[in-house]
Amino acid sequence: MNDLLHSLGLPGVELHGFGPLLLQGIWMTLKLALLSLLLSVALGLLGASAKLSPRRPLRLLAMGYTTLIRGVPDLVLILLIFYSLQTWLNELTDALGWDYLEIDPFSAGVATLGFIYGAYFTETFRGAILSVPRGQLEAATAYGLGALKRFRLVLFPQMMRFALPGLGNNWLVLLKATALVSIIGLADLVKAVQNAGKSSGEPFHFLIIAGLVYLLITSLSNLLLRQLERRYNTGIKELAP
Amino acid sequence: MNQTAYALPAAPAGILSTRPAAQARGVAASELFKLRVADLHKRYGDNEVLKGVSLDARSGDVISLIGTSGSGKSTMLRCINFLEQPDQGSITLDGQTIRIQHSRAGVRSADKAQLQGLRTRLAMVFQNFNLWSHLSVLDNITLAPRQVLGVSAREAEERAHAYLDKVGLPERVATQYPAFLSGGQQQRVAIARALAMEPEIILFDEPTSALDPELVGEVLKVIQTLAEEGRTMIMVTHEMGFARQVSSQVLFLHQGRVEEQGGAEILDQPRSERLQQFLSNRLK
Repeated sequence: MNDLLHSLGLPGVELHGFGPLLLQGIWMTLKLALLSLLLSVALGLLGASAKLSPRRPLRLLAMGYTTLIRGVPDLVLILLIFYSLQTWLNELTDALGWDYLEIDPFSAGVATLGFIYGAYFTETFRGAILSVPRGQLEAATAYGLGALKRFRLVLFPQMMRFALPGLGNNWLVLLKATALVSIIGLADLVKAVQNAGKSSGEPFHFLIIAGLVYLLITSLSNLLLRQLERRYNTGIKELAP
Repeated sequence: MNQTAYALPAAPAGILSTRPAAQARGVAASELFKLRVADLHKRYGDNEVLKGVSLDARSGDVISLIGTSGSGKSTMLRCINFLEQPDQGSITLDGQTIRIQHSRAGVRSADKAQLQGLRTRLAMVFQNFNLWSHLSVLDNITLAPRQVLGVSAREAEERAHAYLDKVGLPERVATQYPAFLSGGQQQRVAIARALAMEPEIILFDEPTSALDPELVGEVLKVIQTLAEEGRTMIMVTHEMGFARQVSSQVLFLHQGRVEEQGGAEILDQPRSERLQQFLSNRLK
């Protein structure tokens, strides 16, 4: 790791032998963020469909979800969901006469972050779906496409154009929110730099490194998002070269 | 759940007389007609926009639906392929009836598969073209044949090129995106998309109303060619001259009812006062 930093022209960065620990932390942060992203996008699509559903109970359910989640701090929710998940599970295993089951912090972290950011994605996707011209969906219906093909071939590729800016934003916030799960015992990047900082007696030094790593990941994400935006803008006149 | 089939009314004699040969053969009414639309009702809340309208189309008929805005002509057309769910009535294509099923949650057509089948046999051309803006012209035309009819990629593309040629668009248009074409070109692509389904009936919903006046002609020319080929078409239109030229039947709708119907000659000699009024307003 030190060699790598030297070759990048960052010889001043000294890791005091904590390189492998930091790498593990980065890997944990990325795993958490990406799996939570998958879960929250899935929940967001479901939530948005529910919000736009003709069925009132579904709309109410989705409204309750987004109102509650977006109105309470992430940290409070993480603690609440993490501990209540375990309590519910204990009650369930007690009732069924099973052995004590412990939720592993990683799954709990993914479930919690996915559930929280699913609410934000619900709003992003709802707006995006509403931005797709109705006539294009109508044409798909009139030409005999079923609901799934209508979604996959017409709605999704068009809504992505409207969803990407919000999606990119949510992703950046989600990535940074993974830092919160260190309090439920996950060895993510923040936890790793805290440990390294304590052991080496240079906490400030390692926090700066963590900050730079987050900045690097978000910058790379922005590049990728710009590629995606270009792809989903095909056929749009105003953006033609 | 309570399924209701509605009795089909007898065809008005005036329409039958335009095709005496079929009548003389004495075939049953349901075989005689390619499409029968019977007693359609459609309500939005308290506002009943269709109060029992019917239509019978033979193979090769070109039927124009005319009337003022709000007369229900577009709603009637959209009920035929169930883009709007009619509240009552029936649609019969080749003797096969789609029944309207009443359920507690509302009214919907009885059978999804049956409805899907109906839609693949009727193609629609919309006022605002409704081309899929994220797809090239070629993909717009091949999408439904491939995804719905299961036509191979190669055949779908061959069809697309053939029908683009038919609507008078050059080969190079195939790779372009709809937003880069003129309105007239877009509508002709939309017609090619409809033709690629090789439908039994084409529904036109005011195909030239969104076009600049100088582009109307190129689209009407294409529709006229299709009429001359003997394709069955139902068309909502404001182009009276064109309706007179191509229609085998004209239905004049007023406040959700068919006020007058007959051959294209009713546009020259309207019987009802309302149609007279409508036509004279048009000519001003």
